[in-house]
Amino acid sequence: MPAHQTLYQYIWRHSRRDQLAILALALLAQPFYFLTLTLPKLIINGPIHGKGFEVEGATQSFLHVVLEFPVWFSGQWELMTGFPLERIPYLVALSVSYLVLVGLNGFLKFLVNTMKGRLGERLLRRLRFELIDRVLRFPPNHLRRVKQSEIASMVKDEVEPLGGFTGDAIVWPVFLAGQALTAMVFIIAQNFWLGIVSGMIVVVQAVVIPRLRKPILKLGKLRQVQARELAGRVGEIVDGNADIRMQGTANWERAEIVGRLARIFDIRFEIYQRKYFVKSLNNFIAQITPFVFYLVGGYYAIMGKLDVGQLVAVIMAYKDLPGPIKELIDWDLQRQDVEIKYNQVMDQFHPEGMQDFDTQPAAEHKTISFDVLELKNVTVADDSGFLLLEDIDTRLPLNQSVAVVGPSGGGKEAFGQVFTRQFPLKDGSIKAGDTELFHLHDAVFGRHIAYAGAEAYFFPTDLRENILYGLRTEARSLSQEGGGEQRRQLQEMIRTGNPTFDASADWIDYDTLGVSNGKELLDRVIDILSIVGLENDVYQFGLQSRLDPQKNREAAEHIVEARLALHKRLEETDLHQLVERFDPSSYNRNATIAENILFGASSDPAFLPQNLSKLSHFQRVVAEESLESHLVAMGLSIAETMIELFAELPPDHPFFDEFGFIPSSELPHFQQVTKRARSGSMTYADRASLSALPLSYIDSRHRLGLITPDIRERLLAARKTFAETIPPDSKSKISFYDEGTYNTSASILDNILLGRVSYGAAKAQEQVNVLVREILDTLDVRDLIIEAGLGFNCGAGGKRLSTAQRQKLSLARALIKEPRLLVVNGALANLDDEQKTKIVERVLNYRKSRATLWVLTKDDLAPGFDRTLQFEQGRLKSDTPGQHAQASS
Amino acid sequence: MSIHSEVDLLRKIPLFASIDTAKLKLLAFTSERLTFASGAVLFREGERGDSAYLILSGKVEVNLNSPQGPVTVATIKEHNIVGEMALLGDIPRTATIVATEPVETLRIRKDQFFQLLRDLPQMTLEIMRELAVRLNHANRELSAAHAKLRDAGLN
Repeated sequence: MPAHQTLYQYIWRHSRRDQLAILALALLAQPFYFLTLTLPKLIINGPIHGKGFEVEGATQSFLHVVLEFPVWFSGQWELMTGFPLERIPYLVALSVSYLVLVGLNGFLKFLVNTMKGRLGERLLRRLRFELIDRVLRFPPNHLRRVKQSEIASMVKDEVEPLGGFTGDAIVWPVFLAGQALTAMVFIIAQNFWLGIVSGMIVVVQAVVIPRLRKPILKLGKLRQVQARELAGRVGEIVDGNADIRMQGTANWERAEIVGRLARIFDIRFEIYQRKYFVKSLNNFIAQITPFVFYLVGGYYAIMGKLDVGQLVAVIMAYKDLPGPIKELIDWDLQRQDVEIKYNQVMDQFHPEGMQDFDTQPAAEHKTISFDVLELKNVTVADDSGFLLLEDIDTRLPLNQSVAVVGPSGGGKEAFGQVFTRQFPLKDGSIKAGDTELFHLHDAVFGRHIAYAGAEAYFFPTDLRENILYGLRTEARSLSQEGGGEQRRQLQEMIRTGNPTFDASADWIDYDTLGVSNGKELLDRVIDILSIVGLENDVYQFGLQSRLDPQKNREAAEHIVEARLALHKRLEETDLHQLVERFDPSSYNRNATIAENILFGASSDPAFLPQNLSKLSHFQRVVAEESLESHLVAMGLSIAETMIELFAELPPDHPFFDEFGFIPSSELPHFQQVTKRARSGSMTYADRASLSALPLSYIDSRHRLGLITPDIRERLLAARKTFAETIPPDSKSKISFYDEGTYNTSASILDNILLGRVSYGAAKAQEQVNVLVREILDTLDVRDLIIEAGLGFNCGAGGKRLSTAQRQKLSLARALIKEPRLLVVNGALANLDDEQKTKIVERVLNYRKSRATLWVLTKDDLAPGFDRTLQFEQGRLKSDTPGQHAQASS
Repeated sequence: MSIHSEVDLLRKIPLFASIDTAKLKLLAFTSERLTFASGAVLFREGERGDSAYLILSGKVEVNLNSPQGPVTVATIKEHNIVGEMALLGDIPRTATIVATEPVETLRIRKDQFFQLLRDLPQMTLEIMRELAVRLNHANRELSAAHAKLRDAGLN
């Protein structure tokens, strides 16, 4: 394992200037500190006790500063003569000076502490960046072994104590040692032998205690590893949650975790036992010295061999010694602890075979170009040493499409994977022009070669970000010209050894892509979506998403047009029963009671049907329209029906989720409520919980016949009052439905419908989708909706997308890079043959005369390629031009 | 029409006749009310069935595919059920059902029906009893038919 710097080397190297500055400042603070200690004595002895003011009208000289030097040097040197003050003014002057000194002392302390804190944070920032940077350069085989949550725990938690320690790494021990030494010297000056005795006990303390603490440190190290592993296991339990549940092994996981927690508990308990033992021993040793002083010193004093005054002076001086010594020992413990943590973490981040690339590719890398890949004796083995590919010799000119076929496991997949550079060659070479493929800088490699595999990682951002992710290879740095805050950020970056990159800048290199701006790139994204067959999915996402009408005024207008067109179409045909429009003057049977009153959309959850009853404005409207008793009556009817229907079902029955107004856990509560209702003894709380029930009631779906003509009129009146009397702060959170305006809080689809698809009509949703699509196509807003759909959030690891969608997305991400070589290896595994054939055709057509290497699951698509490589048993069996090439030659 | 009238209709269907009211209400509540426009197809012959339809109002035609094209073999009026065999087993649809006028139905999904049977064993027994009656009836008709064939000397 390659060696790394020790903690002190690291601290010294990156913070010596600050450390020395802090030390200087701390030393500067000492005279002031000393003065704040001596001034009270001066005040009490002088003005208060009246020393020097015995005579009426006597004065003392204030600010009379005299530096005393040994006589042989220059004697006294009067710095300031001062000025005479009477008793009261002298008291005031001294007290004010005391206050000023305390303030000054506090200010210096504040300065030192902030500097220490900043120093620590800087070092932490540097270290954390270095660690993450190392992860980005880990050799692939190492990455397959580490657990992400363990790495996260190390970068985040384990290095944290370093920040606190760094500020004290040098200043603190220097200080404490200084104090201890002073006290020591003073004792020796008083009495040599007693000084030697206390010195020896200090030495014993300094030798024994750290030794006893060694095992504690070892345990601490163990604890650190255990805690890290726990973090790793927690990560596994979260990631593998679905599988754990399906296998029904949750209890095994519990058992495993219990075992781990027990180990951590035992380790910590043992640490406590040892720690407090050492602590009491330490205290005991510290008390031995006074014991010696009293016994031995006392004996000699009684015998008359030692002056009593001297003994008292020694004992007084000794009081100042144990404090610093103890703290010094504590500091040393902290140092060892931090050092162990540092070494532990560093060991994990120094695997064999790290790439040692700079963050920026050198200029000559950028201009590297190659027209052909030369493979010579390429041999690849898996982790266990089994040969996947043997002695592959071939040339891949970067202008043809190549089908890679053969039996599964015969080497074709491994051949595709070679181009990910994730598996080092066991033997042989791949030359890109003059350069070894494996030696290309990541940023250069990523620009020229794209790979779409069966499993791709997606970031939890939107689709657009994920598709364009691979284009962010043109590093942008913060500009030097920026003012104030940016300048400060930049300086701090440089100080802490971070690269001066700017993540908020546009990292896309439009020139090499052959587009002039983001708009053109977006057009290309839409083209590529249709090539990989994702267009419709994204279109659907788009319909479900919201549009910002401020930015897309024209689009919003088009959508309102589409709405009017749809409503007209529905009216003209016999399809009018498919969608029930939001008509201000009529009750919508396909919407909840809450929606009927609200009559608008909101992105604030407070306006959801289940939360509406808690909204104060809603409560006011209910009171004003005397709706409460009606809501309670409806709620009672619902509760009784639910109890009748669901009481006998087991609590975890799916019907509760699908149909229940009342979760199974609350059924008993409502049983009580209905009982009280029947006996006429309902409480205020009962009425509240009943009146909240009907808000989620949809008449056409639940069919309990609650909406009588009378109720309907009342609800319509409530709708009117709700809108008319809404307070301004709520008004900004809700957009009311209006036939002629775009509703900012509703999705595009809801905006087009401006109504609800009927529950009752057979196949209504499908028919409406077809209609909406037809209308949108005539209005030329398709690209706009796809653009909105690109804002769909893919979820952690792309989990909100289906496997097929993820695979298509991975292909899209590779295509948009316009790479010299596109390698597709299992990227379409989850699609049916028909889709696969079409996508292959479209991709080859798009990449005419550019290199595409496609690992095919079946041979039947091979004829469409320029060339076919057949692999069997790890060897290249045949290399034939495809029909496509034969026909054209 | 509210859930109460649906329950009354369900009770008139022999398959559900002996099930108590609360269960029928649950079945009705968890089922979906579906309307079909005139000419719309409820389901097609040969498809895998996943639900039965209780016709609440309107008429449907029962069509069978023949080499000469679809042949209408019967018309079914409101308050009858179509496709109920789908609730009991994985039997492909034996006919195509087309609405001849706007039709309102209660769609009873197989998975819901099964869920109910699983949770309410009493209901299963009642269904079994009903099926036994039908089987007995079918057996008797079969033997009667056999007897007729024998008498006609065709066997």
